[in-house]
Amino acid sequence: MIPETNTNFNPRLAARQRLGNIWQGVFLSSTIIALIFLIVLMLNIINSAFGLVVLENSIAPSELSEQPLESLDKAALVDILIDNISRNAGRKLERDQRFFADSLAFEGQDKWDEVCLRDEPPSGCSGAARSTSDVLVLVYERVVEQQVIETYPLWQSLTQGNEIRAQVAEEFPTATVEFWSWLDRNFITSPMSSDASLAGVRTAILGSLWVIVLTIIIAFPIGVGAAIYLQEYATDSVLSRIIQTNIDNLAGVPSILYGMLGLAIFARTLGYFTSGQFLGVGAENGRTIISAALTMSLLILPLIIINAQEALRAVPNSLRNAAYGVGATRWQMIWSHVLPYAMPGILTGTILAVSRAIGETAPLLVVGAATFLTSDPTGLFSKFTVMPIQIFNWTSRPQAEFRNIAAAAILVLLIILLTLNTTAVLLRNRFSSRR
Amino acid sequence: MVANKTAERPLTAKPVVSERASSGTGNLALDARDVHVFYGDFEAVKGISLPVHEKEITALIGPSGCGKSTLLRCFNRMNDVVSGVRIEGQILYKGQDIYASQVDPVAVRRRIGMVFQKANPFPKSIYKNVAWGAKINGFKGDMDALVEKSLRQAALWDEVKDKLHQSGLSLSGGQQQRLCIARTLAIEPDVILMDEPASALDPIATSKIEELMLELKENYTIVVVTHNMQQAARVSDRTALLWLGELVEYNDTQTIFTNPSQQKTEDYITGRHG
Ligand SMILES: Nc1ncnc2c1ncn2[C@@H]1O[C@H](COP(=O)(O)OP(=O)(O)OP(=O)(O)O)[C@@H](O)[C@H]1O
Ligand SMILES: [Mg+2]
Repeated sequence: MIPETNTNFNPRLAARQRLGNIWQGVFLSSTIIALIFLIVLMLNIINSAFGLVVLENSIAPSELSEQPLESLDKAALVDILIDNISRNAGRKLERDQRFFADSLAFEGQDKWDEVCLRDEPPSGCSGAARSTSDVLVLVYERVVEQQVIETYPLWQSLTQGNEIRAQVAEEFPTATVEFWSWLDRNFITSPMSSDASLAGVRTAILGSLWVIVLTIIIAFPIGVGAAIYLQEYATDSVLSRIIQTNIDNLAGVPSILYGMLGLAIFARTLGYFTSGQFLGVGAENGRTIISAALTMSLLILPLIIINAQEALRAVPNSLRNAAYGVGATRWQMIWSHVLPYAMPGILTGTILAVSRAIGETAPLLVVGAATFLTSDPTGLFSKFTVMPIQIFNWTSRPQAEFRNIAAAAILVLLIILLTLNTTAVLLRNRFSSRR
Repeated sequence: MVANKTAERPLTAKPVVSERASSGTGNLALDARDVHVFYGDFEAVKGISLPVHEKEITALIGPSGCGKSTLLRCFNRMNDVVSGVRIEGQILYKGQDIYASQVDPVAVRRRIGMVFQKANPFPKSIYKNVAWGAKINGFKGDMDALVEKSLRQAALWDEVKDKLHQSGLSLSGGQQQRLCIARTLAIEPDVILMDEPASALDPIATSKIEELMLELKENYTIVVVTHNMQQAARVSDRTALLWLGELVEYNDTQTIFTNPSQQKTEDYITGRHG
């Protein structure tokens, strides 16, 4: 204790320190609360994405063959199909893709030759034969007809696993109980399906990637360009202030309005171009990837501009002076010194804006994302769906399994976001370390 | 005694610019004529006329905030890039008004280089710091040789020759200032404006800089702002005292320091004012 000897001062040190400690506690609790929210969110998603499922088969695999189905060869599997599905269904499958390269399983040779001579022969006439694993999948889908009749969240599965098994054994004697991860390789590589246990997110992932990459390509140069102009070239005038205020306000406009704008301008008015019809290819209307990307660009442009301006504003004037002082033009100064210095900040802002765009649902619903799409996007003028819309669609279905795959899709979305952000952060650090 | 002198010489006299200082023997490198600088409504430089002679060192002295840096920045149009600045009057460089409308300020800054009050190396390697200005101005010779020569001139070569590719920001404050000097020398200007180049340097580095200035005088015209009276006395040929935006006295350094004609000048250089 060092006593205060100067009577002009009354430092009340204990009280000041106490106040400081109280505030420190307040900040700590804010951090903890935020952390709790995050953890609850993550646990909630993980809870739904994994867990026990009760499966029932129309025909048990053991009734089809003495050995496990996985160990059978293709001929044996095809035999099972021939025994268990209708001849018509079999023909249809064969016309889509034949079972053996050298022989036919369901169709007679004469009929097959005739079908293949038609104007538009089915794909089975020319394509390769189905692989063994394809046929195995068919057996499971068409013959075993495995159905999910009940799902349990992860927490319940872990804590009450035995009770669940006992109860299921009582209620559904023929059913089996398995532990499933709804997020697996099939989930990522399969297209959309109306059966939750078969549905996957491939179409939505590709749609999201197309839209995001295009959005970055469109919005990043325009946004950074506008920021450079506003920050480095424009003089302080009434006009520039009006523009600035407008940009600031645009960043706060609800995203659904951008969707309506995108629908009116890109999907409808410019539909001839955004549908690809002016090139003679593409969709029947303007509800395409390019419309979605343009709408998203519109949405994140103000964010990118504002963040980039902020980054440019943080460049010290002494650096600009240094460049001017050795006889640089304004552009040389910007290109060689201001932009490299501001780039980490610009990238951080862009990461935030793009992350937002990846998660946006409303504007794309309005612009016309498809909620049920099984064909992958192939170019600018494809119809599309994106991850958040897929998730939104699944969560709004009545069957419980769809909530499980929605949770799995959210995990996929989070992983994509994380990957993109990590890449951007690495990129940013490279720029910073070059300073 | 002091009171007496003050009475004899009024403080608000017209600036005294000696015949010799204004006309001189050599040619003029720069000639400021009735220059006014306004920051918004604030007049930081109030009508200064200052001829700068070729291949000489001209020192600007005066208390903090009197407009030395502002005036210096007028000489290479660095004030143009400050927003809200207005400049009136003329500055002639080789007989040409650098503020004339057809003059490109970039060309002015390339001929009239500047070393700033605060060291501001580029956040790049030492080598690039020196080479960049030369490169953008289309230097056609051997860049490595130019970098070495400039760093040697700025008395920095021995300290950095083994780490040319480290960041310029990794140097100490004084080394950074010398790096900035080297950077300016690398574009081989006619005139070098130095704003307190030695304010962050130790006595050894300072004397190196002073030697350098005397050496450079052979080929360059130098205008230097300094708070260090001894430095002004040691290196400069002519000295101008500024006071609240006005030119108090301009004469050759010898006269200013031994026989000033203004009371203010005498007070300032002997340390009785600022
Ligand atoms: N960018 C600016 N905006 C507004 N006022 C300024 C600006 N720069 C300088 N001033 C003002 O102009 C006056 C002169 O400033 P200047 O920097 O030329 O002083 P100085 O003589 O170089 O001082 P010092 O010796 O401290 O560097 C000061 O009153 C300062 O407040
Ligand atoms: Mg100054």
